Amino acid sequence: MEIIMTIVAGVLIACATYLILSKSILRIIVGTGLLAHGAHLLLLTMGGLKRGMAPLLGQEAEAYTDPLPQALILTAIVISFGVTSFFLVLAYRAYQELKTDDMDKLRGNENHE
Amino acid sequence: MSLIHLVILSPFLLAILVPFAHKYFKSIHTGWFVFVLPLFLFIYFLQFLSTTMNGETYTSTMKWIPSIGIDFAVYLDGLGLLFALLITGIGALVVLYSIYYLSKEKEALNTFYVYLLMFMGAMLGVVLSDNLLVMYSFWELTSISSFLLISYWYHREKSRYGAQKSMLITVFGGLAMLAGIILLYLMTGSFSIRENIANVDVITSHELFVPALLLFLLGAFTKSAQFPFHIWLPDAMEAPTPVSAYLHSATMVKAGIYLVARMSPVFAGAPEWFWLVSGFGIVTLFWGSFSAVKQTDLKAILAFSTVSQLGLIMSLLGIGSAAAHYDYIGENAYTIATLAAVFHLINHATFKGSLFMVVGIVDHETGTRDIRKLGGLMNLMPITFTLAIIGAFSMAGLPPFNGFLSKEMFFTGMLQALEIGAWNMETLGMIFPVLAWVASVFTFIYSMVLVFKTFTGKYQPEKLDKKPHEAPIGMLIPPIILASLVVIFGFFPMLLKGVIEPALYSILPSNVLSVEVKIYHWHGFNTELFMTIGVILVGVLLYLTVAKWGKIYDWFPQRLTLNKLYDGGLVALDRGSSAFTRLPMTGFIRDYLVMIFGFMIILLGALLFFTDAFNVNLTNVAPVGIYEVILAVVMVISAVTILFVKSRLAAIIALGAVGYSMSLFFVLFRAPDLALTQLVIETVSVALFLLCFYHLPELSKKMDKLRFKVTNFIISLGVGLIVIFIGLSVNSSKLFESISSYFEAASYKEAGGKNMVNVILVDFRGFDTLFEIAVLTIAAFGIYAMIKLRLADKKGGVKGESK
Repeated sequence: MEIIMTIVAGVLIACATYLILSKSILRIIVGTGLLAHGAHLLLLTMGGLKRGMAPLLGQEAEAYTDPLPQALILTAIVISFGVTSFFLVLAYRAYQELKTDDMDKLRGNENHE
Repeated sequence: MSLIHLVILSPFLLAILVPFAHKYFKSIHTGWFVFVLPLFLFIYFLQFLSTTMNGETYTSTMKWIPSIGIDFAVYLDGLGLLFALLITGIGALVVLYSIYYLSKEKEALNTFYVYLLMFMGAMLGVVLSDNLLVMYSFWELTSISSFLLISYWYHREKSRYGAQKSMLITVFGGLAMLAGIILLYLMTGSFSIRENIANVDVITSHELFVPALLLFLLGAFTKSAQFPFHIWLPDAMEAPTPVSAYLHSATMVKAGIYLVARMSPVFAGAPEWFWLVSGFGIVTLFWGSFSAVKQTDLKAILAFSTVSQLGLIMSLLGIGSAAAHYDYIGENAYTIATLAAVFHLINHATFKGSLFMVVGIVDHETGTRDIRKLGGLMNLMPITFTLAIIGAFSMAGLPPFNGFLSKEMFFTGMLQALEIGAWNMETLGMIFPVLAWVASVFTFIYSMVLVFKTFTGKYQPEKLDKKPHEAPIGMLIPPIILASLVVIFGFFPMLLKGVIEPALYSILPSNVLSVEVKIYHWHGFNTELFMTIGVILVGVLLYLTVAKWGKIYDWFPQRLTLNKLYDGGLVALDRGSSAFTRLPMTGFIRDYLVMIFGFMIILLGALLFFTDAFNVNLTNVAPVGIYEVILAVVMVISAVTILFVKSRLAAIIALGAVGYSMSLFFVLFRAPDLALTQLVIETVSVALFLLCFYHLPELSKKMDKLRFKVTNFIISLGVGLIVIFIGLSVNSSKLFESISSYFEAASYKEAGGKNMVNVILVDFRGFDTLFEIAVLTIAAFGIYAMIKLRLADKKGGVKGESK
């Protein structure tokens, strides 16, 4: 199971990379969202996908799944949401002011006059 | 902290007070306040003459950074004292001269004297420090103050150019010297010059010996304007004349000479030292004198003359170093060269200082330094003319002045170099006397040009800005003193015995037991005398026919001069670094990302495969379930769909599909809290995307180039593969058990919660959560600020918008 999940995470990250390398801002932001999903999936997989009960002590189970990666993922989800929403609004504002979403046209001017 | 430390630091202390004196005593020329100090210091240093004459030295140590062996250790021996006397004596005269040279009303005197005092203190520090690192600090201070003094008239472009040039070249050498100092420290474990001299056996047999030697010589050659580093000196002539007289004739350019002399006992036994010091010295001597003849500006003539005389001293020091190679056999075979070097060092300081002051007077009184405009000033400025004659004849090496004596000894030293029975001197040794003789001829020519083109010939009042007349007496006193010294040392050279002898003991290696300083005018009819007569005859002949043979200077290709090389080199460096920077710094975000991802793939891939980290181990994996496989397929399909859709809406929906599959995965993998959070967040995210969606443009219909796509594909494939490989390898090599058993055991007992994930989030690892809250807050504030704040600049555009 872990092998399949690792490959899925790899595919997600590959797609995310491809999107991040494109020219339009929206695609780049979609790419970062995808990258976050890949990372979370990878975190979960690395923690081990042993079949145990959900980490709730009330269930009196023999074994529980590892709660620590879940706590880490929860933190990561929230943070990536904050960053993604910030990016989105940034893109929206940039488009409002600069009238383009093409990264090549947004190229910084290196020679400060 | 003893008196001598205070003496070395006193110029710096006075420099602090100078601006106040300038501000509150407007009626008095600031120079008078400064003049007192070098005079007192000179008198103070004179007291040490009796100490060094008895072969004793004076030491005093002040702690600075004891933990790494850096102490401000003062070591005053013959060599240090000789330089200290030069610095303070000529310093006093130069300050006196500058009082009359610089006008109180027109010039910013406070800065001038601050820089000059800073230089004086730094120079004293260089020659009296025993600790190499302290010496280096003072060495760089001389570079800095010289830079400031050259660009004193900073509104002139040429001043700034000359200052920059001297700064670059001397600091380059200074840094090389620092590296040499560190190498010495690695060899002997000490920064002290005396301890290094004591450990000379360790140093000579060490593998770092030659690099250290080369680095030290780089420092000395750049500071003392040796070929090919001499190019900064003529451009430093943009400085006020007192500065040229002080820094670029008597003191700073001799710092390199001092360094070579000081380190002689350490390095002298090696052929590399001999060949480099003598070879560069003799080439510099020839090239400087050869170039001086073609100059039309008086200061430029003197600059090239300084270069050549420094080369002369340098070559003599090199030949003198041969004394270290031979065991002492009872005759002062090679010590004569060192003696000549020290003697000429004093002589050069006297006559060159006075000549610079003379040129300054001419410039001051006529408004020009161009010898094509000058002439016939003999009757108008008789005193200046006399001073010029004395200085120039001494420079040319004519009797009865002191230059003649050192020139004779110079020839003696060069001829004796032929007898060194080692280091290929039998064959290549002829270079020295021949080049020395030719250079002396040229020296004679430019000395004559300097005097006779300026003071005799036709008087051309129409070309001059001012009506020339004799200089004020105050301006004449310093050059008169110096010229008197030229004459006095010429007639009574033995007066200097007390200064020269101790200096020789400092330079020469310890196996030289006794040096007898004997300087006579008349050695009988020997080779040196005939060489001098030859110099005079050929020199006069060439001076009179200069119009005929002067054309050879035009043969030299203009494109190959060292200045052109330096300027071209600077431009090339500038352009090269710009081009190099533009190569990766395209300004396109995508290019940077390609580089970052590419580097990541290469680095991680190489690590993975060269350290055999990649392995797949299937023993410890969970069984495959049908639901998970279906969900995985759904997820992969929706992720890949995003790449190919043409509309934004489809992309957003596909991303939402990936997010909801994620939360389903969380359900399947027994993570209820994650599933909840993921569902909510994904919903909000998609809503946000759709909110912005209305304002954002359509995905571009323009098809990207194939190359663009292929590069992106390769990079993303690489990243994906690396992630998969690393993930598989990590999974296959579990090193130890997880710590989660603790959470299981303690979650209820200690924290009183049954939901382990929540207990971890707010109890065991509450800090993470606190700052995760902070992240969300900051994001919210940031978004609010972006939407609300509209800070456009006044032109109506947005700040930072490229025009």
